[in-house]
Amino acid sequence: MKAYRDIATITLDINGEERRVVVRPADTLLRVLREKVGLTGAKPGCENGDCGACTVLLDGLPVKSCLKLALEAVGKKIITIEGLKDTAIQKAFMEEGGFQCGYCTSGFLVNAYALLEKHPSSKSGADREWLESNLCRCTGYEGISRAIDKARDIIKEYK
Amino acid sequence: MEEPKHIGISFPRKDGEDKVRGILRYLGDKQSPQMLHAALKTSPHAHALISKIDTAEALKALGVRAILTGEDIPGNIGIYIGDKPPLARHKVRHYGEPVAAVVADSEEEAYAALPLIKVEYESLPVIHSPSEALAEDAPLLHEEMKTYTHIPAVIPEPGSNVANRTRIRKGDIESGFKACNTVVEESFSFPPGDHVAMEPRASTAEILDDGQVIIHSTTQAPFVVRNLLSISYNLPVGKITVITFPLGGGFGGKAGIQLEALVYLLSKAVGGRLVRLVNSRENDLVSSPGRTGLEARIRLGCSKEGRLEAAEINYYFDSGAYADYAVNISRAAAIACTGPYAVPNVWCDSLCVYTNHPFATAYRGFGHIELAFAMERAIDLLAEQAGFDLLEFRMINAIRKGDTSPTQSTMDSNTGDLKMCLENVSEMLEWEKGTREEMPDGKVRAKSVTCFWKAPAMPTNADGGVILTFNEDGTVNLHCGAIEIGQGLKTALAQVLAEKLGINPGQVHVVDEVNTRIAPHDWATAASRSLFMIGRALVEAADDAIRQLKQTAAIVLRCPTEDLKVSEGRVFLADEPDIGLPLADVALGYRYPEGNAVQGQVIGSGRYISRRLTEIDPETGKGRPALEWTMGAQGVEVELDPSDGSYRVLKAVCSMDVGKVINPFLARSQVVGGMSMGLGFAGWESFIFNKQGRVINDTLRNYNILRYGEEPEYEVKFVETPQRDGPYGARGLGEQGILGMPGALAGALSGALGRPLNRLPLTPQTIWETGKEGAK
Ligand code: FES
Ligand code: FES
Repeated sequence: MKAYRDIATITLDINGEERRVVVRPADTLLRVLREKVGLTGAKPGCENGDCGACTVLLDGLPVKSCLKLALEAVGKKIITIEGLKDTAIQKAFMEEGGFQCGYCTSGFLVNAYALLEKHPSSKSGADREWLESNLCRCTGYEGISRAIDKARDIIKEYK
Repeated sequence: MEEPKHIGISFPRKDGEDKVRGILRYLGDKQSPQMLHAALKTSPHAHALISKIDTAEALKALGVRAILTGEDIPGNIGIYIGDKPPLARHKVRHYGEPVAAVVADSEEEAYAALPLIKVEYESLPVIHSPSEALAEDAPLLHEEMKTYTHIPAVIPEPGSNVANRTRIRKGDIESGFKACNTVVEESFSFPPGDHVAMEPRASTAEILDDGQVIIHSTTQAPFVVRNLLSISYNLPVGKITVITFPLGGGFGGKAGIQLEALVYLLSKAVGGRLVRLVNSRENDLVSSPGRTGLEARIRLGCSKEGRLEAAEINYYFDSGAYADYAVNISRAAAIACTGPYAVPNVWCDSLCVYTNHPFATAYRGFGHIELAFAMERAIDLLAEQAGFDLLEFRMINAIRKGDTSPTQSTMDSNTGDLKMCLENVSEMLEWEKGTREEMPDGKVRAKSVTCFWKAPAMPTNADGGVILTFNEDGTVNLHCGAIEIGQGLKTALAQVLAEKLGINPGQVHVVDEVNTRIAPHDWATAASRSLFMIGRALVEAADDAIRQLKQTAAIVLRCPTEDLKVSEGRVFLADEPDIGLPLADVALGYRYPEGNAVQGQVIGSGRYISRRLTEIDPETGKGRPALEWTMGAQGVEVELDPSDGSYRVLKAVCSMDVGKVINPFLARSQVVGGMSMGLGFAGWESFIFNKQGRVINDTLRNYNILRYGEEPEYEVKFVETPQRDGPYGARGLGEQGILGMPGALAGALSGALGRPLNRLPLTPQTIWETGKEGAK
């Protein structure tokens, strides 16, 4: 493993693009995405791993980017909300009211997207385990859980 | 009248696409290289004298540009009472209170300097509750209260910890109780907590060379911020610009003046440079304001027939260290003190009391959630004691047209149909099948019902305005000063405008950003009044635009304006629809083929100011402070395991009379969102304090809000008794979903346990302990 002591130049694979950025070893992935790359879709809600608003995918798995160092993402494929376009879950969120203020939405969508990739047909059990790591203050989750069901239907239809 | 095309329709949210793509920008998403960054040093004590602050070492740290402490900045701020220094001066009054602020080149450098600031404290005795604050020998939190400026509607009591007292005296309380067959008296309470909007608060400030002050802030009330900055720092109001982007939730927590004053002072300290201050979650929870706590004592009596005769009510609101909105919350709770019931004799003292808790501001419900919890519990106890069914008892007493409110104003023909709401709740919960059932596995299921009402608590001259401009293609831009906070207001407004102009809501463009220099004046996006008031202004603006469109068309079509109609994107002769012009041809003035042009662009404007509101009498509370009342009924079904106090909410229902539903989908999601917040409020949300008054759950890891999978099944039914002065008959509904839930959860769990639960939060431990006491 490479050791970093001071400011370093690294290359990150973000939404299919290679991006060269200069970081401090202590910089979190969330901060680097937002402040150095300008991808502000992932949100800081606590920067303490408690809310999930900052969720991104690392090699297909959801992680809280506030708890990851940017350096740890080197060599991995990073997908942020900006990398998701016209997915079933985004469509379903729109149709089923999966959001109000939208602040938690990026994190929820990214997490739910990964959930549907891993568990395209399972219900509830896995859903709760995956999604209880994300907080939403506006919706009471009704629209979100409906959206997940709907997205599963959409995915099935296209299979 | 024709059937409305766009009212009552679930038109998709205007901001939906941007939100699901993650490209909607909130204030925290905007940064620029020239920005300086601020960080706050906060107090670890709940009450202490600041004996010394040493900033010398911190000032030497790399990147640090300035440090302010309370001593550096004179004066106080406060929306109703000027009681709060932007940074603590001489003493700290709550855990997490900012004592110093650092400005540095980067956020890391600002935070790195904080530990270098040395603060010495001398601790003082801590006030943990309103009753401690009201005790004879209680220490005074604000010795200088006498010198504080305040608005006339708020009456602080210097020499005590009372920041405001509102009195309601209606009828004759003594003879009222004499007429009673059954009387109960009980206390109810809950500790303070927080809004937990997912977006933490943020503000930036810059002072230009010509003295202009530019503030960007996560505020629900940019015009309030502008006004208070002007008053507090003697700045010409026209030189201040406050800009707001869509908010990541607010729930009242972003409605006053908060970080803006401090960040302005910080910018001033660095020669006017652009300074940015973003709350950490911890600061957002305890340094910025949360919500009030409450202690209530209620004596309530009814006749043999179950009619409420008398209510003696004491509300003690826990405002924490500073008054902020809490002095108006306690007042709003007095105005609505009985809940939506006809009570002929009412005596209420509603106090706002200082304690050493983090201070409180507006919170969804604004006093009405607090009073609803206390009153609904009291109603349950009274109904049970008098031998009535809980729903039946509420039916008997539901307020209706012709009854008088606690402030003695007569409920008019706009009064919602509370009985119908109760009937809906009964149906949704299958009330007639019984309200308590013991399950074979030892668990107990129980149902509850509550009522609620709410009127906007706002200045008697609260107002709003709308300006409409047009584009070359005939589409319309809608400008107003109200903030998109997640409620979907701008979508609903687009629907109202589309309806008026006979166009598609897609042809209405809304503006996300609000800039006080551009937008028409608007009191605040609070009190669930935006749809009503901005809606009214919008209807007037649309009429104005229609008049102008017709004027231009009348010249071209050579006909009287009265013969014209605007619909389907055209203006045409009503009786000969083929003769007409597309809006695109007249919206920016008409241009004849040879080049001559007439009339110029259409600019529609409309405004609304609250109608016939009065202040209330300081001795009796008599007056007309309420613009409109939204009322309804709620209930839950729970399943309790009495062996350990754990429970699950199976179903939560709500029926609300909203006048007219503009967008059913958005309306339902507002209500459901409120209900979920109300369940959390009742179930587990509150600050936990240690003996020294420190908040020990100041992160989202231990300050719990409802999580995915914990939500019950929700059911919502709207009732539509038109608000005749509202836009298309609509009234406010943004906050109300929360109001009855705490009482409902406590009611159902009390029913299941067979013992009254009168204190929140309803943790399994409290429930189990209460059950055990009962068994003794
Ligand atoms: S910001 Fe990462 S979990 Fe909250
Ligand atoms: S939509 Fe506002 S927090 Fe989830």
